[in-house]
Amino acid sequence: MSRLVAFAAIQGAYNIVSKAEGKFQQAMDKFGANQPIGFPNTAYYLPIIYSILGIKIEKLGDAEPVLKICRELLPPHIKTQKGIHLPYLGGTLDSGMAAILAEEVVEAIRYVEEPDFYYLGETCDPENGKIWLGAADDTIMRKRGVEFVDGSAPGFAAIVGAAPNPEIAKMIAEDYQKKNLYVFMCANQTGTSFSEQLVEAGVEIGWNTRLVPFGPDISAAVFALGFANRAAMAFGGVKPGDYKTILKYNKDRIFAFVNAFGDVNAEWAANAAGCINWGFPTIADTDIPEILPTGICTYEHVVASVPYDKMTAKSIEVRGLKVSITEIAIPLAYGPAFEGERVRKDDVYLECGGGKTACCELVRIADMDAVEDGRVEVFGPDIKDVTPGSRLPLAVLVEVAGRKMQADYEPILERQMHHLVNYAQGIMHIGQRDIAWYRIGKQAVEKGFTLEHIGKILHAKYHQDFGAIFDKCQVKIYTEKAKVAEMLPVAQAAYRVRDERIEGMTDEGTETYYSCTLCQSFAPTHVCVISPERTGLCGAYNWLDCKASNEINPTGPNQPIQKGETLDPKLGNWKGVNDFVFKASRQMISSYNFYSLVYDPMTTCGCCECIAAVLPMSNGIMTVNRDYAGMTPSGMKFTTLAGTIGGGNVTPGFVGHSKYNVTQRKFIVGDGGLQRLVWMPKIFKEEIRDRLLKRGEEMGIPNFIDMIATEENGVTEDEIYAFLEKVGHPALTMESILG
Amino acid sequence: MSDEKKPVVIVDEKKAKKVDFRDMTSCPSTLQMLKKMEADGNDSCFTRAAEMKPCPIGADSACCKNCFMGPCRLNSKDPYSKVGVCGATIDTIAARNFARNVAAGGAAHTDHGMGMLDVFREVVHGRISHFKIQDEKKLLNVAASIGIAVEGRTIKDIAIDLYEELERTYTQVEGEIPFMKRVPPKTLEVWRKAGIVPRGAMREIMELMHRTHMGVDQDYNNIVKQCSRTALADGWGGSMVATEISDILFGTPQPRVAGVNMGFLKEDQVNIIIHGHEPLLFEGMIAAVSEPANLDKAKAAGAKGINLLGMCCSGAEVLGRHGIPHAGNFVSAEPIIATGAVDALGVDVQCIMQALVKSAACYGTKVFTTNPRAMIEGATHVEFHEHDPLGAPNQIIGMAIERFSGRTVKIEIPQRQDWGVHGFSHEYVNYMLGGRFRESYVPLNDNIVNGRIRGVAAVVGCTNPRVKQDYLHVELVKELIKNNVLVVQTGCSQIALAKAGLMKPDAAVLAGEGLQEVCETVGIPPVLSLGSCVDNSRILIALAEMVRVGGLGDKISDLPVAGAAPEYMSEKAICIGQYVVASGVYTIFGVTFPTVEGTKFHDLLFNGLEEQGMGKWGFSTDPIEMAHMMIDHIDKKRAALGLSEQRERKLFSMEDRRVAEG
Repeated sequence: MSRLVAFAAIQGAYNIVSKAEGKFQQAMDKFGANQPIGFPNTAYYLPIIYSILGIKIEKLGDAEPVLKICRELLPPHIKTQKGIHLPYLGGTLDSGMAAILAEEVVEAIRYVEEPDFYYLGETCDPENGKIWLGAADDTIMRKRGVEFVDGSAPGFAAIVGAAPNPEIAKMIAEDYQKKNLYVFMCANQTGTSFSEQLVEAGVEIGWNTRLVPFGPDISAAVFALGFANRAAMAFGGVKPGDYKTILKYNKDRIFAFVNAFGDVNAEWAANAAGCINWGFPTIADTDIPEILPTGICTYEHVVASVPYDKMTAKSIEVRGLKVSITEIAIPLAYGPAFEGERVRKDDVYLECGGGKTACCELVRIADMDAVEDGRVEVFGPDIKDVTPGSRLPLAVLVEVAGRKMQADYEPILERQMHHLVNYAQGIMHIGQRDIAWYRIGKQAVEKGFTLEHIGKILHAKYHQDFGAIFDKCQVKIYTEKAKVAEMLPVAQAAYRVRDERIEGMTDEGTETYYSCTLCQSFAPTHVCVISPERTGLCGAYNWLDCKASNEINPTGPNQPIQKGETLDPKLGNWKGVNDFVFKASRQMISSYNFYSLVYDPMTTCGCCECIAAVLPMSNGIMTVNRDYAGMTPSGMKFTTLAGTIGGGNVTPGFVGHSKYNVTQRKFIVGDGGLQRLVWMPKIFKEEIRDRLLKRGEEMGIPNFIDMIATEENGVTEDEIYAFLEKVGHPALTMESILG
Repeated sequence: MSDEKKPVVIVDEKKAKKVDFRDMTSCPSTLQMLKKMEADGNDSCFTRAAEMKPCPIGADSACCKNCFMGPCRLNSKDPYSKVGVCGATIDTIAARNFARNVAAGGAAHTDHGMGMLDVFREVVHGRISHFKIQDEKKLLNVAASIGIAVEGRTIKDIAIDLYEELERTYTQVEGEIPFMKRVPPKTLEVWRKAGIVPRGAMREIMELMHRTHMGVDQDYNNIVKQCSRTALADGWGGSMVATEISDILFGTPQPRVAGVNMGFLKEDQVNIIIHGHEPLLFEGMIAAVSEPANLDKAKAAGAKGINLLGMCCSGAEVLGRHGIPHAGNFVSAEPIIATGAVDALGVDVQCIMQALVKSAACYGTKVFTTNPRAMIEGATHVEFHEHDPLGAPNQIIGMAIERFSGRTVKIEIPQRQDWGVHGFSHEYVNYMLGGRFRESYVPLNDNIVNGRIRGVAAVVGCTNPRVKQDYLHVELVKELIKNNVLVVQTGCSQIALAKAGLMKPDAAVLAGEGLQEVCETVGIPPVLSLGSCVDNSRILIALAEMVRVGGLGDKISDLPVAGAAPEYMSEKAICIGQYVVASGVYTIFGVTFPTVEGTKFHDLLFNGLEEQGMGKWGFSTDPIEMAHMMIDHIDKKRAALGLSEQRERKLFSMEDRRVAEG
């Protein structure tokens, strides 16, 4: 009966709030009201409190009004008068929210009291007992958040407690990985936690394997909810304090749920009630009272006594989540969750490429008659023929044929090989083309993996994802040194031809652009329009990708747009594009420019790889990539910039763009082009060094790359101005950027 | 005045013997008191009803006395065989009679609402200091709902604007009354097309009365249009203003455990009952009974305290709002007096039987009329003034204490007390379904869509001595909840169900499985008590919100809902019925219906209105049949919405999320 859950939740919330008040008072006595508190590297303060209440917690003393609100939210305990009780659902939900807001304060105080409690980073260090990651910083949130946006991670399971044993924990975690979900873990059951069980079972945990150990206490649940709320603000553009929209966004767009393992105590019940505010139901293994009617969540609110082998399937059904599972006929678990997992040097059975041996990958069109669909051949030694720790040269040749197949699609298919191979558990893949690097782990080999399975993966996944553009596909895998040596120049010649062709494409020479509204699942007004010389701001989609995607799914998020009459060639403004954008943005945006960040730039969503901003004093622009967590001369860190301009807005003076776009010829050409770039983070400069050098030559300023300041030269406009003068940066003498 | 001391037997003993009171009421307390009254030699509305058959021609609404060429009477067995002296047909005559019922009923609610608005104006301008704006949040919400700017303005400024705007509900001569802004757009479109959007209540009532005068409107279709327009000016006008202003001034009800029945009378205390409809007298009385001076006086007279109870809709107003116990519904009024325990009965307006003065005389109860609109021969008039809201109550209390000291009659109090949860305002329903952060009607709509709740029924209205008291209300509601229909209630009907224990959360065991689950989740009874009969406006607001939240069509007439007043007796009920029907709800009345079946007018009410996109009337005297007429209608609406089939669970893909709104 729901009343029991309500009773427990309300009691639990009283406990949590009272303990938080005590903790807060102790901290105030010890550190004082002015002690700064917060989670690491985030522009969202304590994100739940900030998003729900609109209150920025910067100092310890700021938490006082929040705890007061928590206290006020606590409803009367459920009592009966004449054997009659009053309605309790509203009060139960309020008490859950009170508990969660209070726990966020408690976790923030922990960051002050025990600065080393949580391990900063994406991966854990179990050898040294550092497994708890705590709050994801904004860099992780944005990088991982993008996967929620594009659907590569359809949701997350918040696991509370511990499974009966490590084997069950492993089975459930791997099943969620196969379903592409993230697993956020917190709390413990009599000292045992799900995270520790996974470590014990030999499962790699961390953001890279989507198995995220937040913390050992129930209060660490706030890191999962804080992640979700930051996603709503960062990608959905929801305003802090607009709790209705934040929570509805979570219900409608962030497909998360709670799995409670083991005895559910009152504090867990309070957290479960809190999660229902988000639309996140609880699915438990124990026989707790169920709440089946729908409404706050999409379907049931609490489901109990679910057997372990049905836990994952039941959970996604209760949350109403559609998950497409990739069943590939290989002996390994398979899915995006395994993409980030590493194969350490000591665990390598076979290694190919990576500078150690020759290696290349090539997809090419072949005649229909020459391709036998599904055929995979291995020429040369296979796993069985080598000893652990061996190296072999490798060439993977995929031949595809079909009426719709075009040479343009070859690189698209080929580029998939990196992640498709990487999705297999125990296989690591880095790079592409002739710099590809394979590591096949001992565990994978133990399970029966052979080189043939690389072909099986490619064949199955190509059909699954790209079946609309080809009919047949066969794979040849070479490990003979001579044959690989023969293949390498053939592949390199093909790469060259392709590069030249795509390099040669211009916006002027192309009448059809493509929309990309993939992110509208998270940012409803955002519309990317992608031309050959302006790739998508997420870095994932170029013009050809969109074309292929449209071919595969004609009614999908990539639609052809006839660019129509050119309204402004310099700024890049076309009538056909504007008409489309107006409609696709749900009448929010009537026009934008492709080549300007000063005048009506393109909309930016939270997925952008980089953000460029005008630096008026330098008469130029800066750009900062998502991975750079430091300060920039715009006075804002990336995450603050993204928080300001993301969410599908047109923000003159700022624009989101991809890393690749920096060296495309049309990069802010309406504002003067690449010559305007006066500052970028060093890691970013190094990443695109080769292409920057090439563009510098094309612009006639071969040493341009050295004129761009980095954080080493300064992170304020004043600091970098001296440097720019010294190197004679062209921006200083260009016409005023603000017109 | 020997009459006052010695009860006079006016019922012929032989005839009275034939009456079995168990056929007249299913309320045990009332039954006990009816027996006592019989033993005391007193009559009651029950015995008088048994004595006096309804006028058969009047019951069919086949007579016309609107001019002095008549009265004319037609033959309801052969309704088109005759016309009146002026040539009026059965359709014209019945429609005009119906129209006058609507006008009177609408006038009652509208005048009540206007009285509230008068007080609001005086409070806002600081001329009444006893009452204050108690619910500022509601004030802001009501103001915002009719387009008054609220951001950055003082409460007083907003309140002044709200007063001026709401005054238009009554006095406006052109345009649409303010609360039309709350009507679902598609429903409003139906009304605009039909030309029935009310301009102002005074104008509509005046015009309706004009049209029923001899020789004016003689097309039943046209008369019914003005009936709808006038009725809507009540439901979405006068009544709604009454509810909203009462909430703003006296607090928006939220659930509380409160009791009903005669067992709340206390022999050792001064018992005062307030009967009628408006909250003002009651609010004054609540303040006055806790005045130390009054308590001291009561104690000095030997009483343990002053016990204040409600009756009828005055009682329903304060049952949910303040948890004041409720002694009984309309037809229990005389039996309650017969306990002898009532020291004072204060009344304001509406549904106060003149016979109460006589019963009171028999049992030594003092009756006080307080409203200048409603005086009763033989009662003491102590006028209530809004500017001095404690004056009249203090006087009444003083005289009640006097009566307490001088009690001479034997006191017999039926010991039954029935507890339940009362006070489900629209605002609370919104809150209870999602808490502070997720409040909305979504879970209600959702569980209607998924079939746990089949639909919603409003069971409201009076009790009527011509049918077994409470019986139809209770049996109808039980059958509805058994079939997973959530029931909302107002007025005397809700007191009937409260007495039957249906307003306890445990009553969910009587509900079908789906409704039971929802009740357990939210912690509510399957029957929700909303307030007095003007609070039927809360039902309209709820219907509009159900449409707005979505998934159940875009007009009120699309919703899987139905209404019933199985034991009605007043003209207000007719007016309420007409506004609910015009709003789009199938509404079934019991007892009797003032039409002749087979006539065009009857057909218009029972079918034609539905074809125009509104609701329709229904009639049945059997509660189970009535329940199934409602359920069939709900099922018809469910089918039209595509909800009759068990729907597959939709699992959401990324594409679904991309196209999601907002």
